[in-house]
Amino acid sequence: MKPFSYARPADVAEAVRTVATEPGAVFLGGGTNLVDHLKLGVARPELVVDVRRLTSRAVVDLEDGGLRIGAAVTNAELAADRRVRERYPVLAQALLSGATGQLRNMATTGGNPLQRTRCVYFQDVTTACNKREPGSGCTAVGGSTRNHAILGTPGVLPDPTAAETCIATHPSDMAVALAALDALVHVQGPAGERLVPFPELHRLPDDDPSRDTVLEHGELITAIDLPPLAAGARSAYRKVRDRASYAFALVSVAAVVPGDGEIRLALGGVAHKPWRARRAEEILRGAPLTEHAVRGAMEAELTAAQPQPGVDGGNGFKIPLVQRTVVATVRDLALEA
Amino acid sequence: MDAEISLTVDGVPRRLTVDTRTTLLDALRERLGNPSPKKGCDHGQCGACTVLLDGDRALSCLALAVAHDGAEITTADGLAAGGELHPVQQAFIDRDAFQCGYCTPGQICSAVGLLDEVRRGWPSSATPDLGAAPDLSHAEVAERMSGNLCRCAAYVNIVPAVQQAGGAGGSGRGTGR
Ligand SMILES: Cc1cc2nc3c(=O)[nH]c(=O)nc-3n(C[C@H](O)[C@H](O)[C@H](O)COP(=O)(O)OP(=O)(O)OC[C@H]3O[C@@H](n4cnc5c(N)ncnc54)[C@H](O)[C@@H]3O)c2cc1C
Ligand code: FES
Ligand code: FES
Repeated sequence: MKPFSYARPADVAEAVRTVATEPGAVFLGGGTNLVDHLKLGVARPELVVDVRRLTSRAVVDLEDGGLRIGAAVTNAELAADRRVRERYPVLAQALLSGATGQLRNMATTGGNPLQRTRCVYFQDVTTACNKREPGSGCTAVGGSTRNHAILGTPGVLPDPTAAETCIATHPSDMAVALAALDALVHVQGPAGERLVPFPELHRLPDDDPSRDTVLEHGELITAIDLPPLAAGARSAYRKVRDRASYAFALVSVAAVVPGDGEIRLALGGVAHKPWRARRAEEILRGAPLTEHAVRGAMEAELTAAQPQPGVDGGNGFKIPLVQRTVVATVRDLALEA
Repeated sequence: MDAEISLTVDGVPRRLTVDTRTTLLDALRERLGNPSPKKGCDHGQCGACTVLLDGDRALSCLALAVAHDGAEITTADGLAAGGELHPVQQAFIDRDAFQCGYCTPGQICSAVGLLDEVRRGWPSSATPDLGAAPDLSHAEVAERMSGNLCRCAAYVNIVPAVQQAGGAGGSGRGTGR
């Protein structure tokens, strides 16, 4: 592991200033992703700035009926919070489906959405990867693509040598639920605070796969707000994976039915970011949520899907899988009504 | 780069100077001579390094020692303080819940943390009703212990051992159901 300095600033302002002025600095939350990357050589910072004890570790009620989650709240604490279990089951279920008891005790609200892709080539410093080493190419194209994206990719067989090629997926379960809940991210930067709507936090690779989110270097997540949901609102998270426990999602679905004729759908495991199925949501607006309607809406959503071939059989299976998972999730929610 | 930290390990206050790169696991094993937590994968994937960190089960291989200055750590070794076995340790013996034993200190710390989480009413993804108090069914224990891999596959006896230690009786040695 490359040597690094360690700092534990006195407050958020100092932490932000410290990282913003040092290009080789990174924030440390629970460390469950960053420490792994330090060992793998994927992250090679000069300075590690510990923020775990700087931000709030409380979940507080907001006046509008929503909740504010401090960035230091652990994934385990958040999933166990009564208010989250009762009012935002989609979030509790997503958190509980992720990682393990030990990891959830360490992982933080600020760190989880910013965990990086589990693409094996990203994690292997001996292979080309535009996300880790901009301009080096993408080894995933035509390689093992089982865990890779079908939506928001540059094409069926993107040019593996092009600097913009990246077919990685975002691995967080929590982030998929937060996208469906239209959560709001409080971000503290050198120039002050700003609010980022959660569905806009993560980005597609576009011309720079090295950037996972819209956050600038030195911007710190201090809290995440959950907007209120009406009393009759329903929500659920469903994750499909290779084992019953302790595996990342092949595909996952967060569904929120706020009770005003709308439905919000976010998909995990299919894109470089939690994928809001806006087209399907639009088609389903005001319509009865029959299996037939949901299947049709998802067919429309997935017309743009690009299955990637691969030495492991590729990831074309994700197209019917995610469609069926959405249908099953919405059907179960309708039964709850 | 070096940093001076203090840790309380199994009830004993310790001061040490560590390189900032040192994990809690390496600090415990290599610096403080406590080989109880094991290094299985060193990447957060196997659970062999599980300790109780400020009371909660955590992976010592993914924790930087310097970031846990002042922490209180209990290893499986420290659970038998005074020579008397912890109920979870006793249950692992009663139920023959190990073979080679390499994963066992991690399994035991994880089980102690798990039972505490259940007592606090924390749900798991195997909890049928998120609003209700969780029990120690086979499905609950298996799900909550999924972060502890056992290369010898002693799982069929680990689940009843955890159930026994939690006062749920368990379901007979070797059946695992
Ligand atoms: C074996 C294993 C299995 C896993 N399985 C799953 C799974 O099934 N589902 C799932 O969702 N996750 C899974 N995870 C990932 C885990 O959930 C994440 O590692 C964790 O949530 C990251 O949170 P952290 O606080 O530890 O982040 P850290 O590792 O501390 O940080 C992660 C990133 O966020 C940055 N950061 C941290 N805090 C802030 C902040 N407040 N503001 C700005 N930047 C910040 C860091 O600089 C770093 O780049 C798994 C991890 C492991 C090791
Ligand atoms: S050694 Fe820590 S999880 Fe494997
Ligand atoms: S008893 Fe041998 S690894 Fe678990």
